[in-house]
Amino acid sequence: MTEALLQTLAQRFGAEPYSAVSYVGAPSIVVPLNQLHDALRFLRYEASTRYEMLVDLSAIDEAGRGGGFTLFYHLLNLDSAAFLTVRCPLFSSLLEVPTASDIWPAADWYEREVYDMFGLRFSGHPDLRRILLPDFWQGHPLLKSEAGRATERPDPFGYDPESLNKILQGYMNPEQGDDGEMVVNIGPNHPGTDGIIRLVLRLRGERITSLEQEIGYHHRGAEKVAEFHTFHNYIPYTNRIDYLGGVGGELPYVLACEQMTGIEVPPRAQAMRVMLAEIFRLSSHLVWISSLGHNLGAMGPAFYAFMEREKLFDVIEEVCGGRMHPAFYRIGGVAQDLPEGWKRNVLRSCDAVEERIPELEALTTKSYIFQTRTKGIAVYTPEQAIDWALTGPNLRACGFDFDIRKKLPYSGYEQYDFDVPVGTDGDAFTRTVLRIEEMRQSLRIIRQVVATMPDGPILSDNKPRYSLARKERALEDIETMIHHFIEVGRGLPFPRGESFFPTETSKGLTCYTLVSDGSANPYRVRIRTPSFAHFQSVKAVGVGDVLGNVICLIGSIDYVLADIDR
Amino acid sequence: MSPWLFWPLITIAMVVVILGLILAAGFTVFGERRILGLLQNRYGPNQAGPFGLLQAIADAVKLLTKEYFLPGFVDQKLYKLAPVLVVVTVLLSFVVVPIGKGISFAADFNVGLLFILGLSSLHVYGIFLGGWSSSTKYTVLGSIRTIAQLISYELAMGVALLGVVLLSGSFSLEDIVLKQDIAYIFLQPFGFIVFFIAGIAETNRLPFDLPEAENELAAGFNTEYGGMPFAMFFLGEYLGIIFISCLTTTLYLGGWHGPWAESYPLVGVFWFALKTLALLFFFIWMRASVPRVRWDQLMSFGWKYLLPLGLVNIIATALISALWM
Repeated sequence: MTEALLQTLAQRFGAEPYSAVSYVGAPSIVVPLNQLHDALRFLRYEASTRYEMLVDLSAIDEAGRGGGFTLFYHLLNLDSAAFLTVRCPLFSSLLEVPTASDIWPAADWYEREVYDMFGLRFSGHPDLRRILLPDFWQGHPLLKSEAGRATERPDPFGYDPESLNKILQGYMNPEQGDDGEMVVNIGPNHPGTDGIIRLVLRLRGERITSLEQEIGYHHRGAEKVAEFHTFHNYIPYTNRIDYLGGVGGELPYVLACEQMTGIEVPPRAQAMRVMLAEIFRLSSHLVWISSLGHNLGAMGPAFYAFMEREKLFDVIEEVCGGRMHPAFYRIGGVAQDLPEGWKRNVLRSCDAVEERIPELEALTTKSYIFQTRTKGIAVYTPEQAIDWALTGPNLRACGFDFDIRKKLPYSGYEQYDFDVPVGTDGDAFTRTVLRIEEMRQSLRIIRQVVATMPDGPILSDNKPRYSLARKERALEDIETMIHHFIEVGRGLPFPRGESFFPTETSKGLTCYTLVSDGSANPYRVRIRTPSFAHFQSVKAVGVGDVLGNVICLIGSIDYVLADIDR
Repeated sequence: MSPWLFWPLITIAMVVVILGLILAAGFTVFGERRILGLLQNRYGPNQAGPFGLLQAIADAVKLLTKEYFLPGFVDQKLYKLAPVLVVVTVLLSFVVVPIGKGISFAADFNVGLLFILGLSSLHVYGIFLGGWSSSTKYTVLGSIRTIAQLISYELAMGVALLGVVLLSGSFSLEDIVLKQDIAYIFLQPFGFIVFFIAGIAETNRLPFDLPEAENELAAGFNTEYGGMPFAMFFLGEYLGIIFISCLTTTLYLGGWHGPWAESYPLVGVFWFALKTLALLFFFIWMRASVPRVRWDQLMSFGWKYLLPLGLVNIIATALISALWM
């Protein structure tokens, strides 16, 4: 962000740089509430660097840091991959915030989530309801005053008859008229939705006249859970956010922690991280191609893809010990060194996948029926892609060459030679082609990592204050033993500050925003997931299409339920 | 043969054939699961009996012993009639298929082909009524698709068959087989293609399994069926596949013709079974390989490609046979 822009913002909107605590990861400005809407509109449409995409919107309950709330908006300029965090302090939850959903349609669900979690209201919002929690839920969970444990809550289980009745009514057709339309519930349990999610369709024949999504069935309160864990202990939760992405989900979290504390990761650990993240990207894409195939009625791809995924998991298991949820990354490095003979195994799995890719292509992108089912189907225009904050392959399919691994390399991605495939049509077919090409590129990266794997330590030791004591030494000297025992249980106080880190996971842009108040637990963890934004956009593209195409659409945008609901 | 002997014998033969066909359908299901397993690098059912051969029986027993459940919101008469219609129409169709020289119930029935076309339309009624009488949304959508599918392939199918009728000069399946010194697939390649694609659509198999497209419509027309009635639909579907394979064999692949089939009719049965099994394998192979088309794509394919191709085929056949034969 340039000085000039900062000047303009300061003059026109009274914005000033955020300086209360150190904030790393992106420039950050504070805008007063009465100027917020104008400032956001200015940033999207008029600023010299246009921040055209709303990546994330959430809030912090400042009860423990001086009271009130802070709303924050993460904005993104695609060309220069520049992030900007706009903060807006609120002194009370009674204040109404002007909605940003008229600037970015994607703000719709984010604002509903803020309302759901914090009770903040947005004026002018088209449909301000709860989104992740059921309508009859009492309280707003991310408030600091809310209990974090179920046992501390007043009788949390069971529906009262009235609420239950209301839910059941929601499944009925409210106005059963003779207008030739009918309401069809796809889900919560349906073979075509890849998980528990509900689409309420209004159909005329097979054409969809209106569509509404209902999410939250998979909500586990990951962000609230974080506040009761130490920084180090939270890692296993992060790979369950996108449960197909494995360590890919751990990466932004540990990187955000390291950015906040200044821990430097040794090169070997960085290379291992890249290798494992790419292996998981492969495996996630393999699952995706099988589920898209399945959504279109093809049985074949699922079996072929899962066979190769199994071979990748063999490697993962050998290196990490776990399969889908390895919890392998540590703040400052990785959990353990590579086992003997890892090179041969990794390369063998890579070869196996590479040999299988042409078969997968023959069953999908080269199949005539698959082409007719996906070409020109579920098309996002570039404007829609920006409006609805698409990221990852879905964004690249619309013609944007945007990959954080290239634009803002992290964890040593800049050392590896790989291409970012970009499409033009924005349809389901392009998304398929791109993901298959991405698999090839991932293989390239993995092979380069294998060839250039540096020697050296796998855990950093430049900031012992924020790193756990070494387990392997704990049984040898009593000092380490004591520290290890205490620090694993109580955690290590992290410095006061905030940290924001975006990474490119298999589905798109996953960002972690960490807030530390100087204790051993995060004050607030905000997880921005690509699936949430992608699934929100189904409404924009699905209406007016036919039923079969919508099944193709939701298959092709690659979402994972846990990644939507967190 | 005296009528006193004729009717008991015919009854016994009918029972034997019906049981045989039902078993054949059961083993087609088993064969499909094993072959799909083979094509997809997995085993398939291999636990019940040697090579899993008893799986078909086990499935049948399981479905037969399930509770008969009648949902409260259905149109009871049609709901019960639909599965019966599906099975009976296919079983009846087998009557006119000659499986060897002189081995059939009524292959010399002089409008055999029309009889089959009529029954195949009734068969579709079974599926349509099943979905419609269940009166839930997915089943109704399945039913609508069934009709959409019917009008897009039925005409093409009939037109394709006329080519065979022109060449053989008869609607009787026995005559058609006897006339095939050269299998009609060589004389009627386009007719064969049109008929077989329409046949796949008729049996609701991938890539045309739109009425029950599970990813879109849960289970389509049979969503509300369970236990025995569901088993009847299942049976109907697989009998349908067997029947379309038999019919294609009869009309285009020379029926029971083959070496020594003239002098030994049982050898003819062998050839007939072999050709039918090859077509059955093709059905299963398709299922393992292709995605599903969209219903409007099937309609436009039926009207824009299949029907014109069939018409061109029949005009060409008529001209050629008028000028040269």
